[in-house]
Amino acid sequence: MGDRFNGDDNRMIGEGFASTDSLIYRLDPRVKIVVVFFFSVIVAVSNRFFVLMLALGLSLCIVLLARVPMRQLLRRLVPVNLFVLFLWLFLPFTIRGEPLFSIGPLVGTHPGVLYAARISLKANTIVGVLIALVGSTSILTLGHAMHELGVPKKIVHLFFFTYRYIHVIHREYLRLVSAMKVRGFQPATNVHTYKTYAHLVGMLLVKSADRAERVRNAMLCRGFRGRLYSLSEFSLRKIDVISLVVMLACVVVLGLLEWTKTV
Amino acid sequence: MDKNGLIIDLRDVSFGYPGRAPILDQLNLSFYEGDRMGLMGPNGSGKTTLFHVIMGLLKPSSGRMEVFGRPVQEEKDFGEVRQKIGLLFQDADDQLFSPTVLEDVAFGPLNLGKSQDEAKAIARGTLESLGLVGFEERITHKLSGGEKRLVSLATVLAMEPDVLLLDEPTTGLDEATEGRLVEILQRLDLSFIVVSHNIDFLMKTSEFITYMARGKISLDEESIPHTHIHIHKHGKYEHKHNHNGADTHKKK
Repeated sequence: MGDRFNGDDNRMIGEGFASTDSLIYRLDPRVKIVVVFFFSVIVAVSNRFFVLMLALGLSLCIVLLARVPMRQLLRRLVPVNLFVLFLWLFLPFTIRGEPLFSIGPLVGTHPGVLYAARISLKANTIVGVLIALVGSTSILTLGHAMHELGVPKKIVHLFFFTYRYIHVIHREYLRLVSAMKVRGFQPATNVHTYKTYAHLVGMLLVKSADRAERVRNAMLCRGFRGRLYSLSEFSLRKIDVISLVVMLACVVVLGLLEWTKTV
Repeated sequence: MDKNGLIIDLRDVSFGYPGRAPILDQLNLSFYEGDRMGLMGPNGSGKTTLFHVIMGLLKPSSGRMEVFGRPVQEEKDFGEVRQKIGLLFQDADDQLFSPTVLEDVAFGPLNLGKSQDEAKAIARGTLESLGLVGFEERITHKLSGGEKRLVSLATVLAMEPDVLLLDEPTTGLDEATEGRLVEILQRLDLSFIVVSHNIDFLMKTSEFITYMARGKISLDEESIPHTHIHIHKHGKYEHKHNHNGADTHKKK
């Protein structure tokens, strides 16, 4: 289990999927967050296939504009679609309706298949946009952009601290795993293995809690009074405003198509 | 400040957890302005606890504490203490929590009410004085161990403290980085207490060394670190000196 992690631990959290000279990369991060938010909401609540296909097309355009390398895109899409595949195994058979096909005693229904198809479309559309827009921004910039957009302080802090300490906790995890391995631990399907993993998780929790306490102390020593300050400033350029307007217009059109059922 | 420069004055300070031997046991400490004190002692003798009590992170169960001539007891009393006394933590990962170096170093000055520009200027100045130019936008968790230690020191120095408390600053450092740290501490015009097991490091940085054991600082065992530099023609061999002055030489 540990072998996967032996290399550079930064692999765990990747950053920067878009090529740095693309238009998308240089967009104001606030614009990206706003666009992703509204676009995701409209896609999530839409049910018409016409609208969903349109949204998928739009999502593809954005991915192409961001020039996300194909391999990275696929690497991110695989886990999402594994989950979707799982839905395909159950949904067609569990939703009642007009039968469409049957495998032995199992009957796949028409509404079940449509339901699964909708979820597949929605998931890929939203993840595509997320990869292209949010994946092209460093965590640091995202956090500050969230702050600028008026996201509650506590969420932004949580975001920053998670980013900062997930590596440290991961390193602690690797150390513990190595310590287990050098003493000959071989995972198997037995109580010893489960107990060992339980200890591992417990130890990580305790260590993280201890570290949280020490970090808090270190912050108190430097005069922390519950406020984090940001040093970065953003400025909206013309291209940001245009992108924002165009994308929001697309979102509005998708919404109109969904609810008025025109076209 | 006290007339005679008494900065930290602890009288009969005790700290401990119920049901266990006290970690600090009626400890006395007088630390004067300009002192550069080394503190040695076995693991678990209460050195880190002592630092945390001074900073107000742990509340002593009994005893009296005066810092800069003012009694300190409640959380609110420690605001000033924490600005004037900087604590360098044992683990730099505890100290560096901001995503970038510049933000981390500017964190203290911002908390002290400096404007963004002032804080950035202070942070840049501090980094420069430690030879860390070009580190501003580096990501803190991607720094090497030695770099983390020096940046941690920068975050403490950016508060412009009068006193430093250094908790095992050489742990995990290679010789070159340790040398840099020695050079920085020698150059700084600050009073400090440094906890270390590294006698070499203490000899280079401290004026005197005290020992801590079983929750007490024993001042009667205070010692002055010193080295003798001497020269003679057998100097290039490993050798020992006898008290009568004759040398015994051992070929390598």
